[in-house]
Amino acid sequence: MTTPSPEAAKAQLEAHLREIIQWHFSPETGCSFWLNWAAKAGWDPRAEVQSVADLLKFPHFEDEWLRDLQPEVWVPKAYAGRPFNIFETGGTTGMPKQRIGWEDYKVDYSEFSDKISDEHFPRNHYWLMMGPTGPRRLRLAIEHLANVRGSSCYFIDLDPRWVKRLITNKHFDQAKAYMDHVVDQAANILKHRKVSGLFTTPKLLEALAERVDIWDAGIRGVFCGGTTMLPQYTRFIVEEVLENRIGFYPTYGNTLMGLAASVPLTPEDQYSITYYAPQPRAILRVVDPEHTENTVEYDAWGRVELTTLTREFFMPRFLERDEAIRRKPRNQYAWDGVAEVRPFGAMQKTIVEGVY
Amino acid sequence: MSTLPHLPALRGGRPYESLEKTDIMDHFTGEVVAVVSQVNAGILKKDLQKIGAGRTALRKFTVAQLVEISAKAGELFLNGTLPLGDKGHTQTAEQYVHTLSGTSGLPHVMVRRNMAKIHYALTHVGTVLNGLTRGLPLEVIDRGYGEQSGAAVSYYPTTQALGLVMPSNSPAVNSLWLPSIALKTPVVIKPGREEPWTPYRLIQAFIAAGAPPEAFGFYPTDHEGAGEVMRLCGRALIFGDANTVAQYRDNPKFSVHGPGFSKVLIGDDCVEQWPEYIDLIAASIAENGGRSCVNASAVVVPRFGREIAEALALKLGPIQPLRSDDEGAKLSGFANPKMADYIDGAIEDGLKTPGAEDVTARHRGGDRKVVFEGGTFLQPTIVLCDSFKHPLANREFLCPYASVVEVPQADMLKEIGASLVVTAITKDPGFTSELLDSPLIERLNLGPISTMKISWDQPHEGNMFEFLYKRRSIERA
Repeated sequence: MTTPSPEAAKAQLEAHLREIIQWHFSPETGCSFWLNWAAKAGWDPRAEVQSVADLLKFPHFEDEWLRDLQPEVWVPKAYAGRPFNIFETGGTTGMPKQRIGWEDYKVDYSEFSDKISDEHFPRNHYWLMMGPTGPRRLRLAIEHLANVRGSSCYFIDLDPRWVKRLITNKHFDQAKAYMDHVVDQAANILKHRKVSGLFTTPKLLEALAERVDIWDAGIRGVFCGGTTMLPQYTRFIVEEVLENRIGFYPTYGNTLMGLAASVPLTPEDQYSITYYAPQPRAILRVVDPEHTENTVEYDAWGRVELTTLTREFFMPRFLERDEAIRRKPRNQYAWDGVAEVRPFGAMQKTIVEGVY
Repeated sequence: MSTLPHLPALRGGRPYESLEKTDIMDHFTGEVVAVVSQVNAGILKKDLQKIGAGRTALRKFTVAQLVEISAKAGELFLNGTLPLGDKGHTQTAEQYVHTLSGTSGLPHVMVRRNMAKIHYALTHVGTVLNGLTRGLPLEVIDRGYGEQSGAAVSYYPTTQALGLVMPSNSPAVNSLWLPSIALKTPVVIKPGREEPWTPYRLIQAFIAAGAPPEAFGFYPTDHEGAGEVMRLCGRALIFGDANTVAQYRDNPKFSVHGPGFSKVLIGDDCVEQWPEYIDLIAASIAENGGRSCVNASAVVVPRFGREIAEALALKLGPIQPLRSDDEGAKLSGFANPKMADYIDGAIEDGLKTPGAEDVTARHRGGDRKVVFEGGTFLQPTIVLCDSFKHPLANREFLCPYASVVEVPQADMLKEIGASLVVTAITKDPGFTSELLDSPLIERLNLGPISTMKISWDQPHEGNMFEFLYKRRSIERA
């Protein structure tokens, strides 16, 4: 894969940005939400947003919009009449954020397929997903990824909302029993079926490895996402759970962004994982929490801000509930990365992440 | 050699440097004096799957050999220069005193007293085992069976390892686990956050004395990791406040070491002579900075409550913080000043309930909480309570604190609740008999004996041998 120069990557991103702004704010193609928003705002993004810096003209995207409004307000006029998927985010209780979509997840995961090796995820074989399925984009995305590689996927569901509720209410024994129930099912699949690729969360991976020898069970690659993976924990997973012989692909993502892949770890990384947004379809910035127009310095902590730029969904400057270290461009990624992602404010308060 | 010592985790004796480390700071200056590797719970789970190796290594020795090794370790602990971490540092006994004092707030004189206790325990493991086993020939443990007093006996281990979730408040609590090595039981230690020094030095002393490194796990870890120590070791000791230990009580897998609620009781027959006992009671309250579970936290008398409280306040109230190297230092600083804030606040809150008076207040000339040369201290507090129902009557704090409560002798045993140590100053045969019958008292001192006095051959808080071994019936053809 050729690596674009930072200048070329920026030019590509800005061309993409202009196209997406044009799309969402043109009456022929845009969705009612953004058209109404622009009418009220009194400025025309098509004229005024020409560069990434111009995105600062938008306020932060408010997550209530995804909770309170009906999904059809997000349908681009160009897609009118096409049934859509409704995906929900994360593991909170109450009305979840919802994002609609058609093909975005396939684009993201088809691209991701080029970043995982055939050695770890053999083509034309079987996968197992053990994690949040339900209303999440992830379920279809993983199946698509397996399919792209000629494979099929087994699924074991985990409901993170229930786990969070159990943990918040201090029902630790029930949370443990539920986790055991999930892991039991996965162990059963591994015992009776041929599986080489595994998607799961770090905690479930750890629990599964306590139950079965996952190498002997046939697993050669693990694609992981979901919760904080600090360097020591990553090291533990790589060295002691996967025993340095099973491929490990940590990812950062959610329904609103898609999938940020990590660069392969080198010894210099000291197991600090850096993720890169699927630019130009999404931009991740690490911003000063007090002055979110500014990014923090490289290698400093800040809050993660996400901008999603696809024809299906435009979401400017959404402040994630995560914080991360800003990293320099690296490998094939000619843009900033985010490292050691953890819940925003993790150092100040205890945050329930559960097993997801 | 790097400038700062680094204490690694010890995984079956093997040093493991984690990517996650915590700083240990000097209590007075805030200077970082060492870094400690922190491991995640998963590492404990992995290692505990292989814990049998530690036991196998210990089984190559006889109990008698391990008793000898323990004694040697005791000398090394008290006087030796031992490895400190994995970056080439070493630690003399004097450096241990300075470092532990600096990071825990314990004055040197108290650290040395704690060292002496540990040394005594290590050099008398044979005596201790004799007491714990009631004279069982040690070969019975080696062979698994034998004879005692003419009867066939057989014992089997209840666990592959002894888990320990240690506190930071007082180094001598480590003496509780020391017999387990001679009893061929590996230890899995989660040290207290501010006090990794003592268990680490003890492990190094054992290894230098010839014990197999595989028998020692040293895992600085978080709350989740501590939970795994408790869950996965077949037997475990837990130290902590009443809330922490409550979840483990009444489970034979755990030996629970919470607040002691130790007390001094004076009977009707001796209470007229109360001035004779003031020094003894004051020492029971304030020795070791009032940090031990065997420190008295309540004085229960049938009469003269106010007079006794005043006399104790007069004796203890004026005690001020001193430099940690001052031989006369009687107060311990708080490594975590928030703990001092919490205790001070809890006492003040309690005083808002009518029926209690801080008798020490007018003798100490200032606030209870003081900052001295950068360290935070709590000065002694004696609270006169009008009944045992008062919220401050049966409390225990990590400082010299005691209530004085008047309770008729006939009601004392109904009122005092569970008590780790009771010193009962009485010669009354009837009251003595009631005390002996009481299931609420773990250790009973009859007569004017400090609550701080413990006997190594008599367990005052669970019997380690009975905890680690069970008797079975046996017949051999």
